[in-house]
Amino acid sequence: MADIIVAKNLFKQFNEIKAVDDLSFSVPEGNIYGFLGQNGAGKSTTIRMLLTLISPTSGEIEIFGMDLRKHRKEILKRTGAIIERPDLYKYLTALENLRIFATLSGGRITQRRLMEQLEKVGLSERANSRVKTYSQGMKQRLGIAIALIHEPPLIILDEPMNGLDPQGIADMRNLILHLSRDMKKTVVVSSHLLSEMELIADSMLIIDKGKKVVEGKMTELFAPSETIVELQANDVTAVYEKIQQTDLKKYVLSRKGDIILFRVHRSIVPMLVKDLVQMNIEIISLSPRHSLENYFLSLTTENQHVESFKN
Amino acid sequence: MWNLLKIELFKIFKRPRTYIAFGAIAAIVFLFQIALWFDGKTYIDLILSNIDASFDFSEQFKTRLLNGYFVCFAVLNILLIQMPLLVALIAGDVIAGEANMGTLRLSLTKPVGRTQYMLGKFFASSIYTVSLLLFLAVLALFGSILLFGTNDLVIFRSNSIHQMSHDDIFWRYLAAFGYAAVALTTVASLAFLLSVFADNSIGPIIATMSIVIVFTILSEMNIPLYDKTIKPYLFTTHMVAWKGFFYVQSNEEGATIKGSIENLPAILKSLFVLLTYIVLFVSSAIWIFRKKDILS
Repeated sequence: MADIIVAKNLFKQFNEIKAVDDLSFSVPEGNIYGFLGQNGAGKSTTIRMLLTLISPTSGEIEIFGMDLRKHRKEILKRTGAIIERPDLYKYLTALENLRIFATLSGGRITQRRLMEQLEKVGLSERANSRVKTYSQGMKQRLGIAIALIHEPPLIILDEPMNGLDPQGIADMRNLILHLSRDMKKTVVVSSHLLSEMELIADSMLIIDKGKKVVEGKMTELFAPSETIVELQANDVTAVYEKIQQTDLKKYVLSRKGDIILFRVHRSIVPMLVKDLVQMNIEIISLSPRHSLENYFLSLTTENQHVESFKN
Repeated sequence: MWNLLKIELFKIFKRPRTYIAFGAIAAIVFLFQIALWFDGKTYIDLILSNIDASFDFSEQFKTRLLNGYFVCFAVLNILLIQMPLLVALIAGDVIAGEANMGTLRLSLTKPVGRTQYMLGKFFASSIYTVSLLLFLAVLALFGSILLFGTNDLVIFRSNSIHQMSHDDIFWRYLAAFGYAAVALTTVASLAFLLSVFADNSIGPIIATMSIVIVFTILSEMNIPLYDKTIKPYLFTTHMVAWKGFFYVQSNEEGATIKGSIENLPAILKSLFVLLTYIVLFVSSAIWIFRKKDILS
């Protein structure tokens, strides 16, 4: 499958701060591509570089096989986006907002087509209401209608689930799946809602402090046959050193505070338990974890940041 | 480009705050006209009391003085000083307001060139400025003519009096309004430039007004050192040159030469200075905006 987006060695520096640091990644066509990272990791800066809102300090971006700097208009004609909040002209109606952005998108779009689009997102009955009377969820749906009005093959969504209630989050999840599975669109979604990304993403990129931590297909990165096991024990430092002198050290993923994480094949878990017991380690708890969140936690570097991120 | 301009005009004229300026102008013009309608004589006496005592004005002259053209001139003298604020309210908001609302980033993810986007906004602000002036023209000129009729126009300066025949005035107003449109567009382009730097429209509006006030004070200062060093380069010095269309030449007998302008080269020079400022402000705004990272 061809890559729709290819970013090479992207850097972005704001004064002294490196927001994005030598970031390279590629987005396969037709995928839901999850873009994960803590707040301040550089997700939004990267997304904005893809949409030409921010210029990279250095590096290259190709979208649809074209250089973004040289073919900005052609690329943006085939791209739809929502960046963070769906901010719209509150003093205008939904229909007027949609018409404005449809015109900016460059297509000849009829009144009928505009109404159909509002119908699709369930806003046709409120088409002539001013946006200031809309709920957050309705604004988000209107934002989606705007992003899709010109039927782009690439959709970029930056934190699309922010501020939505549980029903809104579920609707957004279903919409993203529908866009990818039924309409064959490529969707890039940045989010800090790891559990949601786990449900929808085909591939993902995790960044931390502007650098790539890991990238790949979910099935490869997060194989169901593998699991992460969390060990809590008395005197973890001594336990950690003991483990380092055994064959078990190849399974150690990381050590964070009083927790040691192992990444092992499921079939290895009984042997791991047995070996740890035989080593006379005073185990407080040994629990398997199997979620994107834990995978993410195991990869990111600063535990206290990760903990606040979890909260 | 045409589509962008239509969108910008649609947004400006759909916004309730746009009509504050129109309401303010209507209120001031009506209040002034009503006051003169009921008590014009006192106003004329007040004006004439400032003129050299050697002139002796008859009652008939005073009655003829108070006509539509004279009232319009008085209104323009008052309002054209205040209008920069009304223009800055919209022009200072065009970019900063969009950044504040968050619509700037959404607009710029669309396949629109940043230069085109800025030009669309600038032309829309200019059209708003011209429409404000047209509104003023209709109320102040046609409204006053309707209320007070027409007659010869007499303009008083500190050292001279200029009298124009009633059939030699209308074109002067057209020229004056045209010039005022350029003058106010200069203010709009300054607010437009300042708007690029902010994510909130209050800053550019206040900054524009502060610059206009400081420059106006400097323009009005009677300090010889500044007359040739600073004043000729301030755009505010040239904003009042519209009055030049009402200063006429006289023949050897002292009679007004119909269709004449006392100092046309000075008006054209001022016009050139204002146009230069507009080009400078707008091109700077576009240059900066093209390089700007959109973080709002």
